Order: sequence, then structure tokens, then C-alpha cells
Amino acid sequence: MTAGGDWETVIGLEVHVELATATKLFSAAPSRFGDEPNTNVTPVCLGLPGSLPVLNRRAVELAISVGLALNCDIRPSVFHRKNYFYPDMPKDYQISQYDQPICADGFLDVPGGRRVGIERAHLEEDAGKTTHIGGADGRIHGAVGALVDYNRAGTPLLEIVSRPDIRSAAQASAYVEEVRAILLVLGASDARLEEGSMRVDANISVRPAGAQELRTRCEVKNLNSLRSLRNAIDFEARRHIGLYEAGDAPVQETRHWAEDGRTHSLRSKEEADDYRYFPEPDLVPLVPDDAWIEQVRASMPELPAALRSRLDALGADPADAHVVVGRALAPLVLGAVELGADAGRTVTHAVQNLALDGAELIEPRQLAALVAMETSGQLTATQAKTVLAQMCLRARSAAADPATIAAELGFEAMESGELEALVEQAIAENPQAWQKYCAGEAKVAGVFVGAVMKATRGQADGKAVNQILAQRRNA
Amino acid sequence: MTSAAAIASDVRSGTRRAADVVEEYLSQIEAHERDVAAFNVVTADEARAAAAAVDALVADGRDPGPLAGVPVAYKDNLCTRGIATTCSSRMLEGWLPPYDATVVTAMASAGAVMIGKTNLDEFAMGSSTENSAFGPTRNPYDLGRVPGGSSGGSAAAVAAGFAPLALGSDTGGSIRQPAALCGAVGIKPTYGRVSRYGLVAFASSFDQIGPIAGDVADAALALGVISGHDPADSTSIPAEVPDYGAALREGVEGLRVGVITELAGGGSAGGEPDASLGGSDPEVIERLHESAEALADAGARVGRASVPAVTYGLTAYYLIAPAEASSNLARYDGTRYGLRVAGADAEEMNRLTRRAGFGAEVKARIMLGTFALSAGYYDAYYGKAQRVRMLTRRDFDAAYADFDVLLSPTSPCVAFPFGERSDPMTMYRCDTCTIPSNLSGDPAMSVPFGTGAADLPVGVQVLAPAMCEARMLTVAAALERAAPPLRSPRLGGGEES
Repeated sequence: MTAGGDWETVIGLEVHVELATATKLFSAAPSRFGDEPNTNVTPVCLGLPGSLPVLNRRAVELAISVGLALNCDIRPSVFHRKNYFYPDMPKDYQISQYDQPICADGFLDVPGGRRVGIERAHLEEDAGKTTHIGGADGRIHGAVGALVDYNRAGTPLLEIVSRPDIRSAAQASAYVEEVRAILLVLGASDARLEEGSMRVDANISVRPAGAQELRTRCEVKNLNSLRSLRNAIDFEARRHIGLYEAGDAPVQETRHWAEDGRTHSLRSKEEADDYRYFPEPDLVPLVPDDAWIEQVRASMPELPAALRSRLDALGADPADAHVVVGRALAPLVLGAVELGADAGRTVTHAVQNLALDGAELIEPRQLAALVAMETSGQLTATQAKTVLAQMCLRARSAAADPATIAAELGFEAMESGELEALVEQAIAENPQAWQKYCAGEAKVAGVFVGAVMKATRGQADGKAVNQILAQRRNA
Repeated sequence: MTSAAAIASDVRSGTRRAADVVEEYLSQIEAHERDVAAFNVVTADEARAAAAAVDALVADGRDPGPLAGVPVAYKDNLCTRGIATTCSSRMLEGWLPPYDATVVTAMASAGAVMIGKTNLDEFAMGSSTENSAFGPTRNPYDLGRVPGGSSGGSAAAVAAGFAPLALGSDTGGSIRQPAALCGAVGIKPTYGRVSRYGLVAFASSFDQIGPIAGDVADAALALGVISGHDPADSTSIPAEVPDYGAALREGVEGLRVGVITELAGGGSAGGEPDASLGGSDPEVIERLHESAEALADAGARVGRASVPAVTYGLTAYYLIAPAEASSNLARYDGTRYGLRVAGADAEEMNRLTRRAGFGAEVKARIMLGTFALSAGYYDAYYGKAQRVRMLTRRDFDAAYADFDVLLSPTSPCVAFPFGERSDPMTMYRCDTCTIPSNLSGDPAMSVPFGTGAADLPVGVQVLAPAMCEARMLTVAAALERAAPPLRSPRLGGGEES
């Protein structure tokens, strides 16, 4: 059973992101992970009697910047209480924006030409983390107890809800990538799907191609990679189509994407909790004035779409531009090129050699200096890559200067005479290969390049070796 | 009995030691606390240490502050660092807060000395202190009667001479009504005037901390200390605190005083009573009109004001307050602090803990509030009650266009015998006159003015527009000057007053 041309998939995405604030949404506790359990907590995070929330200004600014980037209206908003009992929910209610979100009614143009409506983006607090102990694999079933860590409780989340404007797994993936690129450029979140600082839920339904109706949808959770997002959408669409074609219909429910490559029913809407939302009386309405909104707008960096078009203008391949922007390296690349670095080499480094922590901290002048050393022949491509890796490692310190690093590593441009001598030696040691090379077998050049590389412990410039070989043959 | 102002003045000038003051009050507590049962805990050791620190400052030539050496009793729903804060509930028995409420810090910074934590209706839900899990407090004016509530312990402590000053909290009248029943002065400030940080929440949009004192001047003194903006409470108002002491010296000449018609009815006599309100005791209505006359004699222009929405206040309040309470009290689930009754899983632990930890009135209100917020009922109950609240606000605004302050009874009745109001609706009606100010957020206070049935104290309520506490105090001071002297409480032999 396949999703043929008769059916259209309709997808809306809810993207939850942890905002990159120093402190929590309603308390001064550090918003930081990996520390000892229950150390980053205040009376507010623990819901102690008498404690009161105070809204984090920075979280609001980040929410506004994301809203502006998604072409939303920034509106007066109200926090509500969402009431339900759960041990890792310190107050047994979650403070969340409900029917008056701060960002509403926007859109995002996804690369590939599709415009996806943004229904809303709202602020809410995260819960703590429960670990069940005693059961197999930490699962609830069979557990003898549970430990709760409230370090995460109160972390600011922004939930971005799209309209059901997405039509395929590929589009969904592109949408999430674009949202992620925006969050990275804005510094609003580190947006890591695998680590949970970005979470995606997909609302999926199908309908006959050309129909306008929205049919029963299922919400799929536990999508912790773009691959699982795409696979879950395809699976779920096929499941719906199968049901319809068998004369049946899906029920509205929440489903869990599992490692077995299937979605599994979690709970149906009929059993849905009544959250008894009401306005949070401990907070006043959040009414950002125009001056504040404009101040946030003015402080926003260039967005991914604009960055990509500038990279395009430099002659970068669209796929490369996408990668560069996706890694939040566009300002670095564009800055280095502005300082005179060769655009092609700079983009290539960003794509091939800078998928490293610390890359975002390299300064444009440092990258420009490195590319200049390479294009002037002071460094080979291989050496440049090694120096770059060191620059990433040292980016947080002052010693990230490429010339200093190259000198430390003993990377000095080889005199051309020295290199020619090594090539001559390689030819002398491989006479049969040389005959083949002269007869036109270009690929045997690897024998000589390999020998020279071995002799120089990888520091020779392979391109230069090839040039010398060609000169010798043509001489 | 000396006033807080006199104590502070003597301690600051070095004519009296804070240590001696504390001992005087501790011996009064020693003599009569068994009869009154005002306290959940008497913090004698901490009080002695704090008094010694105050004396050391004075000896050092430094000023301990405007409440130097003044013993103060805190309602036991105000968090005190390292000292049990129970809300008179089994649920929080033994819980030691890791922090002080903002008001507690403010009082300590002003030189006040905590002498104990006072009894209340469980989680401040009640009007008689009979709902305390630790037993009721008795009214010092008649030990067979209630002190009012929910700040009954604080009001009784002041009336019994256990402390010249106490702090309470007022959600629907919980400061003013017990103050009236115990012959004390009680102030509910403007919502936001005083930080709520560290007050264990009952109904967040109504809760407000305020002082209970023996006279208007002491209440004004304490109000000045606890008022002001607190960044830890988002609903606290960033405004300067006026000199409330100066307001006491102002006259009432020319002030327009409106007696609230809808609350001036006595059963079937006088005014235009609303049947649902049940009316007030005839003596209470008489004292109200006498107080208005006294203000007229002092030069005020007295008239009749209409605030029609107050007749719906009780109903609206008993939807919104339980709704907020149902959410505020959700956190008592046995996971993090307080009582825990073990269960097979978290859900069962939660259920068993709450069943064992909460008293009947608290459970009733949680259920009422949960219902009022439920899908399908929200608009009819919570939503409609919020509209009444807006209406109340509007009606008060209209009344304040014609009047500078308003007058009403504080409580429809004097202190009643234990067990007399076991029917919830009868009990809820105790708050008929006080609830409207909680709905509007405006300040209001109770001032003793003569006695009613059984020679028991009657309080008159002065209401003022938001942030007009100074004007309210001016009128209260004038009433106090005109009030007939109140008899002493009946505490049996050995009392010092």
C-alpha cells in the first residue's frame, strides 16, 4: 500500500525550543544542564509555598525576535495556568500562554518555495525530570521508586505552532531546518533535536488530493531527529491511507514514534485531561510596547534567507550555502570574504572542515588570514584543515591566530626546489609507474604524490606535486 | 498596655530595653495563652535573641528602626526562615521554610521582634479560626466565642496583650473581620501595596498582607514598614510609600463620606437590604450610623453611597477564590515537602496525602474551585464571577466620583459562640461587607466603634480608592477619637492591663 497520487498528506508541526537564557523563565536559578540534580533551584523552581514567579525579560526578548523572524504579530499576552498533577511539575500546574500568545499569525518561506503559516509562538515553562529506579531499563513498569530532578523545572520554552500547510515529509524536514537556522542565527536556542533542546511534534492527516477538508489528525511525539520526523510522517500517512482504503478511519489520538519504525497509540482525545486553564494571577499581562519591539528588531542579525542569498552572490553552491547558514557560520564566512579571503576556499572550509565545536567563535579576520596563507601557498589544503581544527579548539582563548598555530605545528611552506627534489626521487624509485604516467595513465600520479607525502609526513601540497609531475612529463 | 509606637520610641531613646519588653509580653503569654490559644508556636528564644540584637544596636549608638524592640506576631501562613510555617494544616506540619517572607524581612529590618506564629483557619479558609487543624483560638473578650478569622490568632494575640502588633492576611476579610470581633484595628491595603512574596497563597488575586494593632497609629506605623515595591512579587506596585503617620494628624473637614446603602441594612430595618446578604445585627447598624454622625460632627460631609454590585460579591468571591485555591493547593502532593502518605505509585501517594492532610473546609473549596474551572462550566461560573468583579470595580469607581471614602459595617455581627455557624453559608455571610474590597482591590480597614450584643466589640469599615491608604487612615483616626472607650478583654486574674 503506497501513498499514490490520490491522497495528499496534511502536516502541521509544533516545535518546542529551549530558549538560551542564563536563568529560568520565572526565577533567577541558572538555566543550565548537566549539574548535580536539584542544585539549580530556588523556592520558585521547587514550587515552595509562598514563592512567586517573576518573568525573565531576556526570554521575552528572544520570543519577540523569533516572532519577528517568523513574520508574526507581537501581541499583548497573558499567562495561564495549565493544571494537572505530575511529580516533576513542582506546582502541579504549568505556567503557559494559552489563548493570548505573544507571537501570532505569521509565516515562514521554506527553501524550495513553500510558505508555511505560523499560527502562534508562545512562552511556557518546562517541567523537571523523573527517573524511575528499580525497573528494567529505568522504565515505569516494575520500578520501585522515582527520583525527580528539578534543575530543568522552569526552563523557558517557546512553542512554535505551524498551520497545517505542510504537504510532505521533505517539506516538514525543510521547515524544521529553516526554523532551526533562524533560532541559531538569532542566538535564541542551541536547537539540538537529539539533545532535546528542540522537540518536534507532528500533526498528520491525509485527504483525497484536491480536497479542502481537514480530516482526523494524529499527533506524533518522540521525534528526536529529522530522519525520525520524515519516517514518522511517511508511516503515519500510509497508515491513514490504509485505514481509509479499507473503509475504516483513524481516530484522533496522540501517538508515539518508536525505534521499531512505527507509531504507537498513547492516548485518545476522549480521555484527554481537562487542564482547567485560567489566567495566572501571580503575573500581570505582558504588553510589549512598540519601542521595545523595535529595539528587539533593530538588534536582530541577518536572517538565514538573506544570508543564503548573499552567499549565492559569492558564487557558493546553494547546498553549501544551506549548510553554512545551518551551522550559523554565515557571518564568519561573509566577514572573512569581505576581508579579502577567497570565497570558494572560505565556503569549502566552512562546509568541510568546520563542523566542529568552537567554529562559531572563530573571528572573520582569523579565517581570512588562514585562507590567505593557503592561497599564497604558505599552507597546503591539508595543513589548513589541521590549523582550522586547532583554531576551533583554541577559539575561546586568544591563541587562535593561524600563523602562530602553523608555526607551532612546523607547517612552513616548502621551497619549490626542495619539493622538486623529492618528486625526482619518487620518480627514480618508481620507474615503471613513471613510464605509465608518461603514457597517459593520469591516475598513477597518486604513486608519486603518496611517496612525496610520506617523505614529508603529509605536509607537501598535493597540487604542487601534480604540477611538477606534469611539467616534467611535458618537458 | 503600651502601644508599639511608645515601645519603639522608648527603646530607640534607650529608656527601655527591648529585652525587658520581650519578657513582659512573654509573661503575659505565659499567663493567658492556655486560655486564648492564639499561637501555633511562641518563638521565645528567637525573640530574646532578636531583642538582644536590638539592644546592642542602641548601645552602639545606632538606630534599630521605627519598630525597635516591638514584639510582633505573624500569622502562620507567612514564611519564616527555619521556623515552622504550617497554615494550621496537617499538610505543612513540620515544614521549615528556607526563606523569610518579604514582610518578615521588612519588619525585622525595622527592629521588630518576632514573638510567635499565630493560629488561623486552615490555609486561611474560614471566618472563625474553628477550621484550624490544631484547634480553635478563643476570643479574649469572651472565651466562649470565636475571635473571627481567618487571622483569628493574630487578632486575639493583639487583644490579649500577647503582642502590640500582628500581621495577618486578608483574602475576603480575614484581617478586618477578626480585628472587628476582637476590638482591634485591622488594615487590608490596596492589592499590590504590600508584597505577597512568602505568603502561602490561598487565592492569589485577592490575598493581601496587612497589620492588626491596638490602635490606628500602630497600624499605620506597621503599614508604612511593610508597604512598597518588591521585585519578587510581579503584582506589587512600584510607588513611593507616603508618611502614614502624618495622615493621622489631618482632619476630616470637607471630606465626603458615603455610607454604602446596600450594606447598611439591618435584617429588615433601615437601608435597602438584600435578602441574600442576610443583613447585619441592629446594634452593628446603629454603631455604623453613629460613626457616620461622629464624622459629620468632625466636619465631614456625610451622604449615602450606592455600590449595587456588592450584593453579588459573596457569590462571585466563592467562585473565584476557590478556583484559584484549587490550583494554589495542588502543589501539596507529598512529593517535595510537608506530609507524605506512601502509596503504590505517585498518583496514589498524592491522593492519600491530600485525603489525610487537608481538613473538610479546604477539601470543599478545592472541589468547588475545580468544578468552577472545569470544561463546560468555566464560562458559567468562573467567567461570570470575573464579570461581577469588573462590575464591582466599576461601581466603586462611580461611588468614588462622589465620595472620598465609604463606610460600612466590618462584620454583620459580633463575635459568635463556637459551633454556632456550622452551616457554611451562614459562615460565608460573615464576609459580606469585607469581600467587595477584595474584589475591587481597594484598601479597607476596620476600626473599633462601640459594642453590640453581649457588650462585644463592633468594628466600622472605612473603604478608600486604590492607593489612598493615607486618606483612609485620616478618617479611621477621626473615628477612633470619637469612639466610646472599649472595655478590657476578660482574661481572668493576673492580666497586666
